[in-house]
Amino acid sequence: MISLNLIIAVCLAYVLLLFVIAALAERRAANGRLGWLRSPVVYTLSLSIYCTAWTFYGAVGYASRSGLEFATIYLGPTLVMVGWLWLLRKLVSIGRTQKITSIADLISSRYGKSNLLGVLVTLLAVVGTTPYIALQLQSVALSFAVFAPAASDTPAALDRTALIVAAGLTVFTILFGTRRLDANEQHHGVVMAIALEAVVKLVALLAVGVFVVWGVADGPADIFDRIEASPIAEWRVDTGRWVTLIFLAGAALICLPRMFQVMVVENSDERHLATASWAFPLYLFLMSLFVIPIAVVGMSTLPGENPDLYVLTLPLRLNAEWLALLSFLGGFSSATSMVIVAAIAVSTMVSNHIVMPIWLALRKDGAMMSGDVRDTVLMARRVSIGAVLLLGYLYFHLSGSGAALAAIGLISFAGVVQVLPALVGGLFWRGATRTGAAGGLVIGFAVWAYTLFLPSFGVSAVMPAEMLANGPFGLAALRPQALLGISGVDPLVHAVFWSMTLNTTVFVVLSLLSFPGPLERVQGAEFVNIFAHRSAAQGWSRSAAEAEDLLAMAQRIIGPAEAQTMFQRAAAEQGKGGYLPDTTPAFLERLERQLAGSVGAATAHAMVGQMTGETAVTVEDLMAVADETAQMMEYSNQLEAKSAELGRTARQLRDVNEKLTQLSIQKDSFLSQISHELRTPMTSIRAFSEILMEGGANESERRRFAHIIHDETIRLTRLLDDLLDLSVLENGQVTLNRAVVSLSEVIDRAIASTVPPGTERGFEIRRTPEAERLQVDTDPDRLAQVFINLISNARKYCAAPEPSLRIVVSDQGGAVTVDFIDNGHGIPASGQTMIFEKFARLTDQARAGGAGLGLAICREVMAKLGGAITYLPGQGGAAFRVTVPRAEARAA
Amino acid sequence: MTDTPPRNPLFLERRSYRRRRIADAGRLLPVAGLFLFLVPVLWRPETGGPAGTAASGVYLFAVWFGLIAGGALLSRALVRPEDPPPAIRPPEAPQEPRR
Repeated sequence: MISLNLIIAVCLAYVLLLFVIAALAERRAANGRLGWLRSPVVYTLSLSIYCTAWTFYGAVGYASRSGLEFATIYLGPTLVMVGWLWLLRKLVSIGRTQKITSIADLISSRYGKSNLLGVLVTLLAVVGTTPYIALQLQSVALSFAVFAPAASDTPAALDRTALIVAAGLTVFTILFGTRRLDANEQHHGVVMAIALEAVVKLVALLAVGVFVVWGVADGPADIFDRIEASPIAEWRVDTGRWVTLIFLAGAALICLPRMFQVMVVENSDERHLATASWAFPLYLFLMSLFVIPIAVVGMSTLPGENPDLYVLTLPLRLNAEWLALLSFLGGFSSATSMVIVAAIAVSTMVSNHIVMPIWLALRKDGAMMSGDVRDTVLMARRVSIGAVLLLGYLYFHLSGSGAALAAIGLISFAGVVQVLPALVGGLFWRGATRTGAAGGLVIGFAVWAYTLFLPSFGVSAVMPAEMLANGPFGLAALRPQALLGISGVDPLVHAVFWSMTLNTTVFVVLSLLSFPGPLERVQGAEFVNIFAHRSAAQGWSRSAAEAEDLLAMAQRIIGPAEAQTMFQRAAAEQGKGGYLPDTTPAFLERLERQLAGSVGAATAHAMVGQMTGETAVTVEDLMAVADETAQMMEYSNQLEAKSAELGRTARQLRDVNEKLTQLSIQKDSFLSQISHELRTPMTSIRAFSEILMEGGANESERRRFAHIIHDETIRLTRLLDDLLDLSVLENGQVTLNRAVVSLSEVIDRAIASTVPPGTERGFEIRRTPEAERLQVDTDPDRLAQVFINLISNARKYCAAPEPSLRIVVSDQGGAVTVDFIDNGHGIPASGQTMIFEKFARLTDQARAGGAGLGLAICREVMAKLGGAITYLPGQGGAAFRVTVPRAEARAA
Repeated sequence: MTDTPPRNPLFLERRSYRRRRIADAGRLLPVAGLFLFLVPVLWRPETGGPAGTAASGVYLFAVWFGLIAGGALLSRALVRPEDPPPAIRPPEAPQEPRR
């Protein structure tokens, strides 16, 4: 028989081991060598605090009473973990981005950093956690009693054990849970210790299971037969309870403060969740695997004993003492790890949402005055831890140890899941408001207390039996366990149904009716769209705070070294040296978030608010921010437009510049050309006139020479005429003899003068006489000059074997276009912009016989006539379009 | 040259497409699990269903394990491609010949 002293010694040794492990982990973490301290395996194992003593001892007891129903407690979390992509991923992501310290902090932060909600959730957590801690104390006390002499199995002895355990756990939790105020509220030592405990309890339960299946029974087949023959052989699960419990357990995984602590707050890498999504269900699976076999074998071997302790008593009674010791350690582990983490989680909430706000309010000059805030926060946590454990002990002391473990656990679950509507609604619905969340929480909490929690103390303990049976004041519709006359339902199902229904309804209706504050809306958008943009919310707009004061405050909360590093980095990012950055809104936001990691969002917000002289972001501030943003956007739009305009101008300038360059080249070549053009006839005129002056030529020679001189003079005259003409046109000194004429007449005249009868050389001109019967208001002589130029150009340059020219006239409404299209090569694209310039010539000048002024004159003439001449590309040859204004009045 | 398309766009798209479908499957997994977990409440001994605790237990644990295995496969497939980003990128230049 193992003595009680040995048990106590083992317990102390085990606790010492935990101390060492936790201390080593803390030291490693302090040195920055996190390594495997933060691996997916440790993360998964830390989640196993879901399996408390309630699982370790209670599951078997539960199975002995209700068969497979116990599995629902693990099926719910399995579904939630496997479905991590739905909710948990978002939750963890938000927790990391917003530096959430607890579930109360999450709710408070989501609904505009509201302290009211923080307090509500904290109270809910305390009330929900207290029975659970009592449950752990009870199971440890009971397991001690198993080893103790029969005489010590009295309520008084159990009470004493529970008190000692509570005191011991308080010391451990204070030592490792409040060693320092972390910037992100992570406790490496504690996490490591509970990971070890997770292994211990899994190994212990598996060992007992293996012992039962292969040691006591003859393997799985025998166990199967034993189950068939046992009192729980029949499937007696109530459908309502089955569904309710799966839901309850799944929701509790998210809402339990201690689960939130390890899953969200202690998470160091979001990818760990991917591993835990299947590894944690596997852990639960293994923990549940041998529950039914142990229960069945226990019932047949140890009839009359407490089924909640089969895990311990089976090996003990079957003389497997070392296994019993291991099993005891497993139960001890389960209880202690749960209590430690729950105490940390709840104390964080209490200190951040209840103690700190009160402390801040009591000091009128607030965070600005001297004194280390860190000490205050830590002290608040230590006191809170003690208080939480004391409450747990008192609950145990008052409720006695009669109630079955499972019942207490489920009451606790039903209490904490009241947070669920506000949590899920806040994560997925931007319309969820603080009013709605608070209303839902209060109603759900009240209904839970009324229908489940208070009656759980036993008939007449808190509620009079009369009230329980007939409702308050004899109102049967308000009977605690049969609201609205729904009786005959399991009390748990009844309570969960009503509390969740009313909670959700009030939450949704009040959210729809109320109007959220600005900060609330900002935070709501931030939470709901966490994956869309992970930027900081615009919380602070004005910054009256002095950087120095802020540094002083931050040092007291997150520690001098860390605060200085943070300020220095911020200053460096702003391009400043030293420790004092400008107190920009972005910096204040970051500082607040950093502080929130230590004291919670609401408190941090209030502290920064005191420093900056603001208590909240006002609508005006947000409007100002929005205005500023709108102005910025407008300015940027203007800039964009201007930049586009600049681009266009630059393009135009480039074109013009190109043209100018080409013109300059043209002009240079013209100068040499014109001197050549002038010089050639002058040379021949001089030469022939010298011959004539010498008088040596006969009559026929003289006539020929005189003729040449005459011809050359005419050429010179024509050249000079052209130049003069152009100059006159360009200077606007021309007088036009406007008249209304038929277009066909003008074209007739032009053709007649360019193609004198008899000189036709197979040049065909195709016309459409019916289209030409249009009246135009123009100077007929000048228009004819343009046409003559175009027709003679076509004759000169058209290189086709059978040259032809089409003259196409069309009526365009206000104007008439006359197209001259030949069937030659046309003009290359590079030349099309240049042909209307003065002195421009595309072919060699020998063939041209002109100075390249023809088209330039045409353009000037058409401009004077109010029309235009353009090159018409893509017609199969050279094509010019002359646009002539119509005679308005006589338009036919 | 920043707007040139990735060198192997078809490959990348297939991969990210596959990832999304895996995530879809991951979201559906708990729904399927819930359905299968609710099946036992419909079993009635009088209609010949496997209503005993032993048989139901075997069924439950089998479904449970199936969920875990499915979850493990999906979450591993979901996390893996993110870990080594260079593996997705095709080599920039042909490999140098080995000496």
